[in-house]
Amino acid sequence: MKKGMYFYLQLAFTLLVCAFLIVPIFMSITAGLTNNYFVGVKSGLTLRWVEQVWRMYADTIWLTMGIALVTTLVNLCIGVPCAYYLARTRSKLSAFLDECLTLPIAIPGMAIALGLISVYGGISEFRMSWLFILVGHVIFTLPFMVKSVLAVLQSINFRVLEEGAASLGASFWQRFFHVIVPNCKTGIVSGVLMTLTLSAGEFNLTWMLHTPLTKTLPVGLADSYASMRLEVSSAYTLIFLGMILPLLIAAQWLNRKPKRMA
Amino acid sequence: MKQNRQYTLLIIPALIISAAFFLLPMAKLVWLSLAEQHGISYWYILTKPMYLKSLWSTFLLSAVVTIASLVIATIVGLFLTRHEFKGKSILVAMLSFPLVFPGVVIGFFVIMLAGRQGLFAELGLALTGDRWTLAYSISGLFIGYLYFSIPRVVLTVMGAAEKLDHNLMEAGRSLGANRWQLLRDVTLPALTPGLISSGSICFATSMGAFGTAFTLATNLNVLPMTIYTEFTLNANFAMAAALSLILGFITWLCLTIARRQGGSSLGMGG
Repeated sequence: MKKGMYFYLQLAFTLLVCAFLIVPIFMSITAGLTNNYFVGVKSGLTLRWVEQVWRMYADTIWLTMGIALVTTLVNLCIGVPCAYYLARTRSKLSAFLDECLTLPIAIPGMAIALGLISVYGGISEFRMSWLFILVGHVIFTLPFMVKSVLAVLQSINFRVLEEGAASLGASFWQRFFHVIVPNCKTGIVSGVLMTLTLSAGEFNLTWMLHTPLTKTLPVGLADSYASMRLEVSSAYTLIFLGMILPLLIAAQWLNRKPKRMA
Repeated sequence: MKQNRQYTLLIIPALIISAAFFLLPMAKLVWLSLAEQHGISYWYILTKPMYLKSLWSTFLLSAVVTIASLVIATIVGLFLTRHEFKGKSILVAMLSFPLVFPGVVIGFFVIMLAGRQGLFAELGLALTGDRWTLAYSISGLFIGYLYFSIPRVVLTVMGAAEKLDHNLMEAGRSLGANRWQLLRDVTLPALTPGLISSGSICFATSMGAFGTAFTLATNLNVLPMTIYTEFTLNANFAMAAALSLILGFITWLCLTIARRQGGSSLGMGG
């Protein structure tokens, strides 16, 4: 194919769009490591902003990791069985359940948070604890876990595998743990990565649900954007990116793998 | 049937959690929005200029962002599927990262680009001697919303374009269609379902984007900010509930359209 003017025009446009998406990431990384952003990189590189962020916000980082891990654990325990049930049964009821479980994706975080506050806000023990945020995160991320496992289950012929195991005398739970779960491993792993990333970055719900003692990283980020100097905000963003980029890269790698094997 | 009972056991935990922490809160929200003076909040939303304006400006902004990202992403997506070059896979990988960035971070990126010390400000200073600061106005919101919308559409377009039937293109070409005719009559019709579905997801995400608007703290009252103000400053729970139900209904409608078109709902950030 000969590369004419249109090729270069489109290439330039594509690169411009990519720059729009990528440049701010690099800008905030450099700003977080620069002594004085206003002067520029020539003022020298430093880790002191990162250290300052760590001193001020370390607890938000730990809390975020904790909530993300527990959310994932809960999603694993309730989401995987739920996906199996939905794949297994095709009735009006299961279609309705499917709809209910997907609904939280469609409802903005604010509405879910307002609803949670209106029902449970009065129970102050619960309201003040990190469990309140956990509940929001589970509701918000569960559909992604279920969808991701369901997609794998629908693409393999799990009924045949199950019947084979059953004919060999495997009980229901044996079949579930030794046949179904290993076979939808890729769906589970991508669901786990999705849950971790979404929970770590969740803001819309968390901002409404948090209390001064239960601040997560994105809440801290909003805080620092409003009140800290640019270098501190950038360093904080840098830590956040450092937390979620490995998850994103792992997810990319996972999505690509089947293509290579095929 | 013993078998069936065991399957049912599997969904019970998920059911309990979503009933207790999602369905019940939503029902309470509906009740709250209606309880106060027989749902007078809804009447206020339709009649008071403040709410109506917020609803309209959010709607317009989201529509403009959706159209802009559809156009931009179609060009980029088609280019990336049709040509192979060095570093393309890295480019594509980087394009998909912003999908899961939280709205606050995207707001910060807009400040980095278009804030008082941002890239555009430096550029403007060098070119015209003026600092260009767009971040804290409606254009800042526009930039931020574009930032999380473009990757979503690009990925959908790329997925759909890979499945394009090349024979159709060849047939069109041999019949003497030029570049634009091919685009209009072959490529775009094939992409339409994907564009509708990703477009409606973009629109829904933009309508509900709270984090970006919160970080930029513009004077423009987009709907999620109005809900937040009603709830925190005015302590008007009924109004906040009514507004967020309207918002939820709009986004639900959009995602239903998206699902009809066979699109997967790739996470909602913003």
